[in-house]
Amino acid sequence: MHETFYDVMRRQGITRRSFLKYCSLAAGALGLSPAFAPQIAEAMETKPRIPVLWLHGLECTCCSESFIRSAHPLAKDVILSMISLDYDDTIMAAAGDQAEAIIEETIQKYDGNFILAVEGNAPLDEDGMYCIIGGKPFVEQLRHVAEHAKAIISWGSCASWGCVQAARPNPTRATPTHKVPNMPDKPIIKVPGCPPISEVMTAVITYMLTFEKMPSLDNQGRPKMFYSQRIHDKCYRRPHFDAGQFVEKFDDEGAKKGYCLYKVGCKGPTTYNACSTVRWNGGLSFPIQAGHPCIGCSEDGFWDKGGFYERLSDIKGFGIEGNADEIGTAAAAIVGGAVAIHAGASVVKRIVQKGDDA
Amino acid sequence: MATVQTPNGFSLDTSGKRVVVDPVTRIEGHMRCEVNVDENNIIRNAVSTGTMWRGLEVILKGRDPRDAWAFVQRICGVCTGTHALTSVRAVEDALNIDIPENANSIRNIMQLSLQVHDHLVHFYHLHALDWVNPVNALKADPKATSELQQKVSPHHPKSSPGYFRDVQTRIRKFVESGQLGPFKNGYWTNPAYLLPPEADLMAVTHYLEALDFQKEIMTVRTIFGGKDTHPNWLVGGVPCAINMDGDMAAGAPINMERLNYVRSITERAITFVKNVYIPDVLAVGQFYKGWLYGGGLSSQNVLSYGDIPDRANDYSAGNLLMPRGAIINGKLEEVHPVDLRDPDEIQEFVPHSWYKYADEAVGLHPWDGVTEANYKLGPNLVGTRTHIKEIDEGGKYSWIKAPRWKGHAMEVGPLARYIIGYAQGHEQITDQIKGVLGALDVPVDALFSTLGRTAARALEAEWAAEQQLYFLDKLIANIKNGDSSTANTTSFDPKTWPTEVKGVGFTEAPRGALGHWVKIKDTKIENYQCVVPTTWNGSPRDNEGNIGAFEASLMNTKMEVPEEPVEILRTLHSFDPCLACSTHVMSEDGEELADVKVR
Repeated sequence: MHETFYDVMRRQGITRRSFLKYCSLAAGALGLSPAFAPQIAEAMETKPRIPVLWLHGLECTCCSESFIRSAHPLAKDVILSMISLDYDDTIMAAAGDQAEAIIEETIQKYDGNFILAVEGNAPLDEDGMYCIIGGKPFVEQLRHVAEHAKAIISWGSCASWGCVQAARPNPTRATPTHKVPNMPDKPIIKVPGCPPISEVMTAVITYMLTFEKMPSLDNQGRPKMFYSQRIHDKCYRRPHFDAGQFVEKFDDEGAKKGYCLYKVGCKGPTTYNACSTVRWNGGLSFPIQAGHPCIGCSEDGFWDKGGFYERLSDIKGFGIEGNADEIGTAAAAIVGGAVAIHAGASVVKRIVQKGDDA
Repeated sequence: MATVQTPNGFSLDTSGKRVVVDPVTRIEGHMRCEVNVDENNIIRNAVSTGTMWRGLEVILKGRDPRDAWAFVQRICGVCTGTHALTSVRAVEDALNIDIPENANSIRNIMQLSLQVHDHLVHFYHLHALDWVNPVNALKADPKATSELQQKVSPHHPKSSPGYFRDVQTRIRKFVESGQLGPFKNGYWTNPAYLLPPEADLMAVTHYLEALDFQKEIMTVRTIFGGKDTHPNWLVGGVPCAINMDGDMAAGAPINMERLNYVRSITERAITFVKNVYIPDVLAVGQFYKGWLYGGGLSSQNVLSYGDIPDRANDYSAGNLLMPRGAIINGKLEEVHPVDLRDPDEIQEFVPHSWYKYADEAVGLHPWDGVTEANYKLGPNLVGTRTHIKEIDEGGKYSWIKAPRWKGHAMEVGPLARYIIGYAQGHEQITDQIKGVLGALDVPVDALFSTLGRTAARALEAEWAAEQQLYFLDKLIANIKNGDSSTANTTSFDPKTWPTEVKGVGFTEAPRGALGHWVKIKDTKIENYQCVVPTTWNGSPRDNEGNIGAFEASLMNTKMEVPEEPVEILRTLHSFDPCLACSTHVMSEDGEELADVKVR
């Protein structure tokens, strides 16, 4: 017996009656006659969870650690009820041959219909043997799985940009997913950050399941919903920047008053991420709130853009808008997402609730 | 092939069947393990290979030493923060910077919360499936499970039959869906699993409870460091300024509401560890206490640098709440002092590592560390350079170096710390150990085992959670006394620094002794070396043929089914391997090598 969306919904307190009502509404929304409702209901009741193969290259596992810290939804519910996390060497029970066999089984059974999640990246030097899986270069595993995947999620700054091991002089030629030579041409969603915010990671997954498509991406391949605004734009300390009130030194009067950290190196004005809006760990805080300047960890090449305590040199005081907006234009183009992912329970719940309210 | 005797007392026989495990899963990073088993399926030779390398130390060269913590923190996102703390200590040591008392307390709270979090996540999410069979949990009687729960942990509120029935139903649907996710292809029919269904159901339930709760533990670090994973640190103190009573306390990093949050989480963490984690380890221990494999080096050579300075800026053994010392040849009555600066104590060797020394018969102290990659395979390799089927441990075979203390292969980690603390008569540690030995009715020798490692980790989580509260109280008392200082910035400006300095910083990471050695020249990092816990534990053979802690621990273990590596995983996991941590620096070419050399 499959655990299906219907089961998940029932557990979330949705009645059978509400579920069927949703199916009628969904049929209408799709331009179908109400006669199709039973078919939709049947699909919802029997459709398997979408398989996810989560591969690890050169990395530090901070993305996985972030993922399990998600407060809403809980990582437990994502793993048990939303996706089928069939391969993830950090948590999977099987090892060695039994682990590797899962990849082939998944490819055979779900060819073109699973998601590849990549944490870390592939080193290209030394024939790829700076990262060995099953006695072979990781890059081979990556290409092989990508060939059969429906879409790829590049978790974190390693998979998105290269991150710390690709910092100058990049001793292993660590290479982000989209730049790996001979990578199969598959849609890639970059979710940068070191690590990405927990709830951003789970939101990207649930968005795809719920709305049956890729999120809208900017021209760098990041979901617009979380990466269109600079930290600085929505920072709660922004009024102090505008008023010229700055922390001059750590632990000075300004630091105790929560003044702007721009002069001690904050990269918020040039960093696109959701830290000042979504915040971290269930919305509890974010680096600036805890008194440390943003180090820009979701930006491409942030390790090599000057010291973390050096003031942004090309941005002059109140001229910041002009300069930073120029940076912003580059990200304005929109790449539409057209890859359909099957529906998830939360959309059902939402629509059902709406229906009930109405 | 004839049996080979290692200098550290192990008898290696490669004549039996070779079993390969790659990848070793449920660890951080990438690792391979090969063993030979005899006709009775007993492991007679063990080979552990670190299979990744990133080169962080070479990336650090020429950087601002104040930024180093952020780079090295990315060595590992599981033990997140411990490398950063080690780094700021190394830089402060080099630049002679004293930190405020409040900064010491806050750092300790962050480090202790890491111990609690890391140990808990390790037990439930990386290690439990070596002992617990989720499929068998489906056979459990929820009522009997409830009774078991109330017996092993009377104070844990989630113990009703209905609660266990709900969890069981959820697991049943999950299993019957045919989409087993992380449990897929597990070894669920292997006779190595010994728990009755009720204990399995209880443990699987706590696997889920712990997955929900672990995210709370780390919020302590979100308060002080702004985010977790990878919170923020500062050379000279901590970045979070304190404002208890001013007109702008709301919105300041630390105020009354923030400290209350930390207290609340800390108290809940103590409760969870006491009511769930410790009882579960004892319950598992009760059923597996006859499985006494995996001792390896723990009964011989253990090492700890110590950690958690009570007062700020005093890193001497007497001021460290986590014990420091070395025990050699199992002589618990003699705990040796450890000096990270002494060139003759800690040295790294590379004859079996994928690195090159001018003279590989010698070891080098980290301040004098030379590292150049040298990916070469031995002549008896089965397979090719890019498709290794069987590795040749006679040649080079790992991206991990072989660190030695005064020439000895050492085990580090919670068990090492607890053995040293026990040998030193550390009161809390001794009480905890006696408590667990009494509860399981086993002699003290039972500590030297896979299960001993797992138990020591749980005890340490309990200890760390309580110490976290001690330092929170200490922080508040100090603020009450009028000191709200969190950072010493007098030497923050590089213009104030001497031309050439060197320093060493250390912590006890969740997985064991961690040291960073830094040289600073003209305000930039000239050389940076890390010797980390999994370098100690996962080390390959050295110049004399001594095997490392992982390899030693697998020796003479009986496997039920050689094709199903349950026992290998069980023992390797008891160390909580962290491979991203363990792998080392390299240089691109000979010129780089010259730069790394000490003048």
